[in-house]
Amino acid sequence: MEWYSIDTWIVVIGALAAGACALLGNFLVLRKMSMMGDAISHAVLPGLAIAFLVTGARASLSMFIGAAIVGVLTAVFTQWISRFGKVDEGASMGIVFTTLFALGLLLIVQGADHVDLDPSCVLYGAIELTPLDVVWRPTLYGYFLEVPRSALVLAGVILFNAVFVVAFFKELRISSFDAELATAMGINSNLMHYLLMTLVAVTTVACFEAVGSIIVIAMLIVPAATAHLLTDRLWLMVVLSVLIAMGSAVLGHLSALIVPAWFGFADTSTSGMMAVMAGLIFSTVMLFAPKYGVLPRLVRKTKAVR
Amino acid sequence: MPELADIWNVLFLRDYNTRLVVICTMLLGCACGLMGGFLLLRKRSLMGDTLSHATLPGVGLSFILAVALGGDGKSLPILLGGAAITGVIGCAAVLFIREQTRIKDDAAMGIVLSVFFGAGIAILGVIQTMPEGSAAGLESFIYGKTASMVMSDFQILVFVTICVITCSLLLFKEFRLLCFDETFAAALGWPVKFLDILLLALITAVTVTGLQAVGLILIIAFLITPAAAARFWTNQLDRMLVLSALIGGASGWLGASLSAFIPRLPAGAVIVLVAALFFVVSMLIGTERGVMFRFLRQSQLKKRMGRQHLLRALYEILEGGRVTEELNIRTVPFRQIRGRRTWSDTQLRDYIRRAYNEGLVEAPNKVDSILLTKTGLAEAAQVTRNHRLWEMYLIEYADVATSRVDRDADMVEHVLGEKMVTRLENKLQAYRSAGSLVPQSPHPIHPGD
Repeated sequence: MEWYSIDTWIVVIGALAAGACALLGNFLVLRKMSMMGDAISHAVLPGLAIAFLVTGARASLSMFIGAAIVGVLTAVFTQWISRFGKVDEGASMGIVFTTLFALGLLLIVQGADHVDLDPSCVLYGAIELTPLDVVWRPTLYGYFLEVPRSALVLAGVILFNAVFVVAFFKELRISSFDAELATAMGINSNLMHYLLMTLVAVTTVACFEAVGSIIVIAMLIVPAATAHLLTDRLWLMVVLSVLIAMGSAVLGHLSALIVPAWFGFADTSTSGMMAVMAGLIFSTVMLFAPKYGVLPRLVRKTKAVR
Repeated sequence: MPELADIWNVLFLRDYNTRLVVICTMLLGCACGLMGGFLLLRKRSLMGDTLSHATLPGVGLSFILAVALGGDGKSLPILLGGAAITGVIGCAAVLFIREQTRIKDDAAMGIVLSVFFGAGIAILGVIQTMPEGSAAGLESFIYGKTASMVMSDFQILVFVTICVITCSLLLFKEFRLLCFDETFAAALGWPVKFLDILLLALITAVTVTGLQAVGLILIIAFLITPAAAARFWTNQLDRMLVLSALIGGASGWLGASLSAFIPRLPAGAVIVLVAALFFVVSMLIGTERGVMFRFLRQSQLKKRMGRQHLLRALYEILEGGRVTEELNIRTVPFRQIRGRRTWSDTQLRDYIRRAYNEGLVEAPNKVDSILLTKTGLAEAAQVTRNHRLWEMYLIEYADVATSRVDRDADMVEHVLGEKMVTRLENKLQAYRSAGSLVPQSPHPIHPGD
């Protein structure tokens, strides 16, 4: 295996995206809204398509705004349908995102003559290509760095999310665990819900533009769920989830380079392997976590029976 | 624009080119609608999402295996078999995580979905580097290739649809109890786990066959939307399932036909949008749980409650906390009624206007006071008596049968029976006024005290 500076950047970008998602994912998992990331990342397609058709260019800012708006709308529609129609939340989420996705697909195919927009590219991103888009070349302690655009964007996103989580930690905690108590304490839990959803939408769009939707979906859920098995303290869960997310990003890129070689193939998709690594970490923790792991609990149970 | 005759030909399957596609999507819609009904009631709609994503590594792996063993990597049965295997493993993983850890349903589905899909992407990435492997054919699993379905697709679909319908008919009773009260089914000694897995296996079969037709993302809609739409029309499982299958079939039929005669409409997307249209219409005008009908029912209930509140307030004011033989009808100032409850001026005026139209009250000097009529007094006495009996019932028997409380019933006797009413009236004896039909309130409240 050969390691280039481009590989370092892939890992850095992956870790930043994973960390940004994991920060918010904790609250999604606690609110039992884990599938929101999945829903949003599919549903933004019409936003991207419309922004593209209107501006006629793949300018990333307008597409970003279009996608973020549709992302927030996904959360809003989901809540409307489940509230006014009394439909199960999962079902209403499924209806909203499949419909929006279909709409996006339709728009893209309709405008196919003058649109160079490939849904698969939108959904999978291309983390392998992001380091090529260099925008900043600082010199640090004599080292010559080539900082890609995505690294800067994602650093901004993770910083913003971290500030949000720290600043609203109390509100987020109470409204995630007990929305009614939060309301009774004067915290607007509906506002918190929509703030969180907006951030999830923005993060989702910002990340998958760089690294593809599969990382976003995986990192919103898997690290947070893993951390949830390790601790009962929320702040520790948040910290652990970010570490796990970044760890799976590093391992993911390494394994994307190494594992296929064992079977005599070249390398494979980094984003796919990052998700797989997160899954492996989750399985390990699920089996062996001291308090909530499957095996330790089984051992305790047998001991108790004896 | 397409000719009218063309549209006619497509819609009624006269056109050979589209006949197969339209029939296939119709069948798929029926099967998905049927299975989706069970998923919806089990609150597992997104299981279809997880399942369809979890099939991707199976498709990739079976392709690699088939090529490695020197076979044809693109052979449909092999790919579908692989898809079904990882799909089932994915479902089992969700059930395992949910039951063995503190992770909830939604997160379990999300974990399996993303990890399996990630593995699928990684495997497809490997295939792309293989000399044999233009993975292009495999990508049809993600986006579907509705327009190019062939006879073998049709045969598989017919087989799966027949399987699904037969199983649902044979095991209807079992699946119904599984949907509504799993614990009760387990307590009856039914093999709940086995039934659960059988249901998921059927859903896997439908999903895997559907992948080819409408694609991985859009099959999810087929599993959720028709069932959710059907739910607005009925509270009965058998009717809902039939309706859901019909809506699914109709979406498949209309969607595939539309995409056949209008250029550049991808069939999968159109089918989903047609189903979404069915959903929106059902949500608005569905007769059982639709928004409009629920709103109407609610406002009717509100009016009835308002009428009862007004009459009771008037009666209690006339009663004035004293126990008398006969109530004297006198005018009651608006201000005093307003003080009885937390209602707004407009609300109260609305109730009074309705009562006036019914001939229950009169307004002698128009503006600020009202007078009960003879019929009004009788009605008010009835309402107040019933209300107090219900209160007594709740005070005495709330622990046994609160579910029988129906404050709206005109005659308490119809719900509780003569015996119970006599018993309640005796309980109210202490408060009871001699000769009056209406017992006194078991908990007198004097506003303003």
